[in-house]
Amino acid sequence: MTDLAVTPCITIEGASKIYGSAGGPIRALDSVDLVVADGEFVALLGPSGCGKSTLLRLIAGLEPPSGGAVFVRGAPVCEPPAGIGMVFQRDVLLDWRTILDNVLLAAEFEGRSRRELADRARALLDRFGLGRFVDRHPWELSGGMRQRAAICRALLCEPSILLMDEPFGALDALTRDDLNLELARIHQEGRRTIVFVTHSIGEAVHLADRVAVMSPSPGRVVEEIVVDLPRPRPLAVRETPAFAAYVAHIRELFTRLGIVRGQV
Amino acid sequence: MSARGRGSDALGTLVVLAALLVAWEIAVALFAPPPILLPAPSAILAELAAEPSYFGRHALFTLGTTLAGFALSVVLGVALAVATVASRLADRLVTTLLVVTNSLPKVALAPLFVIWLGTGAAPKIAIAVMLAIVSIVVDVAHGLRSVDPDALALARVHRASPWAVLWKVRFPNALPALFVGMKVAVSFALVGAIVGEFVAGSMGLGHVILVAQGQFDTVRVFAGLVVLGVLGTVLFGLLELAERLVLPWHVSRRSERKA
Repeated sequence: MTDLAVTPCITIEGASKIYGSAGGPIRALDSVDLVVADGEFVALLGPSGCGKSTLLRLIAGLEPPSGGAVFVRGAPVCEPPAGIGMVFQRDVLLDWRTILDNVLLAAEFEGRSRRELADRARALLDRFGLGRFVDRHPWELSGGMRQRAAICRALLCEPSILLMDEPFGALDALTRDDLNLELARIHQEGRRTIVFVTHSIGEAVHLADRVAVMSPSPGRVVEEIVVDLPRPRPLAVRETPAFAAYVAHIRELFTRLGIVRGQV
Repeated sequence: MSARGRGSDALGTLVVLAALLVAWEIAVALFAPPPILLPAPSAILAELAAEPSYFGRHALFTLGTTLAGFALSVVLGVALAVATVASRLADRLVTTLLVVTNSLPKVALAPLFVIWLGTGAAPKIAIAVMLAIVSIVVDVAHGLRSVDPDALALARVHRASPWAVLWKVRFPNALPALFVGMKVAVSFALVGAIVGEFVAGSMGLGHVILVAQGQFDTVRVFAGLVVLGVLGTVLFGLLELAERLVLPWHVSRRSERKA
């Protein structure tokens, strides 16, 4: 998978982020360097509060870095670049819109016609098993279904980059496994660039081409691990020795960083 | 609350009202107070039945000024609320203005409006607006502001225009608050209209009550009050109905849908 590193899609150069607070400035990120290739699936893995969500927000152009720079497709990011889809930990569906209208919201925000994208929205929802629920409201659906709808919304305008901020963190384990497989399929089909924030080691290794392990605050990328497991990766891949070796390596890294206190 | 629950609620209210009226009627028959102090409900009903067109005409005038004042409050109030959310300067200006006008008793301002606007419908509408607009601005501004930050981030990622954010996120988010504000405002608009009619003019239920009081016609005072009470209740009920139709998605309504 070394050929992936040819075209950089996202380049982060020495990005730092400092928040002002009542108790003095807080360093959320400390000179992070990271390059994400076109079509690559990168997982940002780290403990809570290590600044991985902040890093994602810098890429999305939602916040400017305090130092360093972020480039998307070669251009410096000052405001949200075009062609990005984002999935948050909470689904952020609007209560007053049906599931279909919630998905089409992305088109409305981007100033594109609903009619043009209505078929695609239905097809997406269908693919995610929500075909029967297009006219329902968010509160009538389960958490997993709601997050599926949120993913459909992020995919509607065919983004080349998908940014996901712990998208499955609030879901139960079974739904989580299911959505992991679904996400792997999306990546496989569209060869989209995906940056995926998570604090689950298993999830990161299962999904990503490369795992960027971050240290607790101030957040830094301490190690990048290329996950060389063949795709597609079924759930059973988690039982293979190769998978276990990656997980063990990262867990050992976390123990060294003092994130996991080793009590084996 | 289910539809049946609402129906039995309304029935319960009617039963309580009827029981109170019967108790009132019996009390008047038993203790026979002078009619100038407390007339019997039957006498009040008879008064209303004797001159329906008189009461109807004045009620219509009061209803007209109330609705005009209410509608103006909603339109102006929503516009002001949007302005306060859009600009800090507008926020300061509008808030200061509202606090100042709201701390003045409107009854004391009413003569001024008569001097400025005459004795027709205009001063009544103006006073109604002054009373009603505050709750609209405060509630709608709150609704426009309390938007999920992630929803705003989502809009930014999709490069939405400020107009799209206002129209598709902030405004629908403020609708429940708008209805809360409107339910308060409609009662205030009615109060404002009556205050205006008390001060000057020859039309409206306020005028009816004032004239009847001058003639010690207590029965007519009560008749005017009954019409006023019915008017206020019906306006409030219509807004509740509209709320139910417009906001089926709101948390407070969901159980109705699911049941």
